[in-house]
Amino acid sequence: MTAVTRWIRRNLVVLAGLLTLAFLILPNVIVLVFSFNKPKGKFNYAWQEFSTEAWSDPCGVADMCGSLSLSLQIALWSTLGATALGTAIAFALARYRFRARGAVNSLIFLPMAMPEVVMAASLLTLFLNMGVQLGFWTILIAHIMFCLSFVVTAVKARVMSMDPRLEQAAQDLYAGPVQTFVRVTLPIAAPGIAAGALLAFALSFDDFIITNFNAGSTVTFPMFVWGSAQRGTPVQINVIGTAMFAIAVICVLTGILVGNRRKKHA
Amino acid sequence: MTTVADAPPTALVEPPAKPRKKRGRFTPYWLLLPGLLWLVVFFALPMLYQASTSVQTGSLEKGYEVTWHFQTYLDALGEYWPQFLRSVLYAGIATVLCLLLGYPLAYLIAFKAGRWRNLVLILVIAPFFTSFLIRTLAWKTILADGGWVVGSLDALHILDVTSWIGLTEGDRVLATPLAVVCGLTYNFLPFMILPLYTSLERIDGRLHEAAGDLYARPFTTFRRVTFPLSLPGVVSGTLLTFIPASGDYVNAQLLGSTSEKMVGNVIQSQFLTVLDYPTAAALSFILMAAILIMVTLYIRRAGTEDLV
Repeated sequence: MTAVTRWIRRNLVVLAGLLTLAFLILPNVIVLVFSFNKPKGKFNYAWQEFSTEAWSDPCGVADMCGSLSLSLQIALWSTLGATALGTAIAFALARYRFRARGAVNSLIFLPMAMPEVVMAASLLTLFLNMGVQLGFWTILIAHIMFCLSFVVTAVKARVMSMDPRLEQAAQDLYAGPVQTFVRVTLPIAAPGIAAGALLAFALSFDDFIITNFNAGSTVTFPMFVWGSAQRGTPVQINVIGTAMFAIAVICVLTGILVGNRRKKHA
Repeated sequence: MTTVADAPPTALVEPPAKPRKKRGRFTPYWLLLPGLLWLVVFFALPMLYQASTSVQTGSLEKGYEVTWHFQTYLDALGEYWPQFLRSVLYAGIATVLCLLLGYPLAYLIAFKAGRWRNLVLILVIAPFFTSFLIRTLAWKTILADGGWVVGSLDALHILDVTSWIGLTEGDRVLATPLAVVCGLTYNFLPFMILPLYTSLERIDGRLHEAAGDLYARPFTTFRRVTFPLSLPGVVSGTLLTFIPASGDYVNAQLLGSTSEKMVGNVIQSQFLTVLDYPTAAALSFILMAAILIMVTLYIRRAGTEDLV
């Protein structure tokens, strides 16, 4: 008995950490399991019987796959926009000294420190006042706005930790400014830019609150899920949720494996 | 090329950002311009519009006019103070729970996971890719009446305690404050774990050895060495959890009943259903002011550069 208690005491942190991990993963397990459910009635909350119907017909629900492809499009465009704008800001902040630096830092920090509902409501006020038609473009504008700060943060951290002597060395070896940037600076900053872009994509794809305010009658995938929580949840939602999870995990794992192999070769 | 890209950032000897002076005096401004313009037009300007809307009177049919009607603020607070209080309370409890749950996991990833570190990190981040709405709906199944979670909580008499505090009612968990707090804790937990992990990972392992050599017990080492060094992570983690949680309305809507409505729910329904724009703007402005005061106090202590 004492051996057991001693073991538990020594590994208390690990046990507590694993419990938290289980807490984080549990809903995903439920989503996976219930993607094989065949619910009675409209809502997929109680287990009935095993079925692969939803997996064989993932787009069998009206409007769902349309909203999914809309969400993917918006996520793609807002990732491109936010990454371009954010990377430029990050380089300016990391490399140059200029006036109003504090103000710029605050302007970038504030969107991350603001509850989404406040940004969503105020942006809607602007659009209503300007008489802008709500839809694809207003969603895109909003998504680029709130993804921007996260890209800046990710890229800036990488650029700041870069050894400036590498660029000096390139210039000593007669590389021009453009060549130095393309051949030295950009490859080193690339992981930061990739991390920022990935974050922007995830944030945009999964955003509900800001989209809900500024979408008008356009329906993105999260808004479809929200609507279905009132009308009845099709099993296909779980199929999409599980598939996205699996794709993400596979992508990240391949990324890590490729990275490791490269390191071994280098 | 790969060798350059793989140069470890730790190889730094000199402080990095040495400002270049000669060439391109205006370069930083050109780099900043497009992004900052976007933020000014679509983030800062809307805030001003919202401030102006909150002091307008009128109706949808006749249009609104700025009349400096500050009474809206008093009316809004007078009518919706319970929702405000609930937001702060639920978000506060969820933040404390996130810290208690998240710290061991962050510690595990930073010091104990060894070669499993990347896998555990992926498991923390990967749920993000299943829409959070779907995952929140999954809690409806987990916390369902008569389910095994509720059953075991009941058997352990935990529900007696929580209903005595007022977190649950009878033998239900769904549609009670506990369900909403649970949803908030779950949804914002990664935002606590990641900053905690970042600051724990930076701690030099030799400090632990040194503390051990000086006869500190493991718990003393944690209290006097590890925890103080992880404080930056604790502070930014609590902010990253509390701020979004206080404005959230998804968890209250999906997991709570009408008596768990938070201020986010009120803003949402005033804006999108009731169409009472001045009240909605005033509520949103009060929420923003409360958050801004908190963040400013924090920036005074820590400086913006650490956060951005």
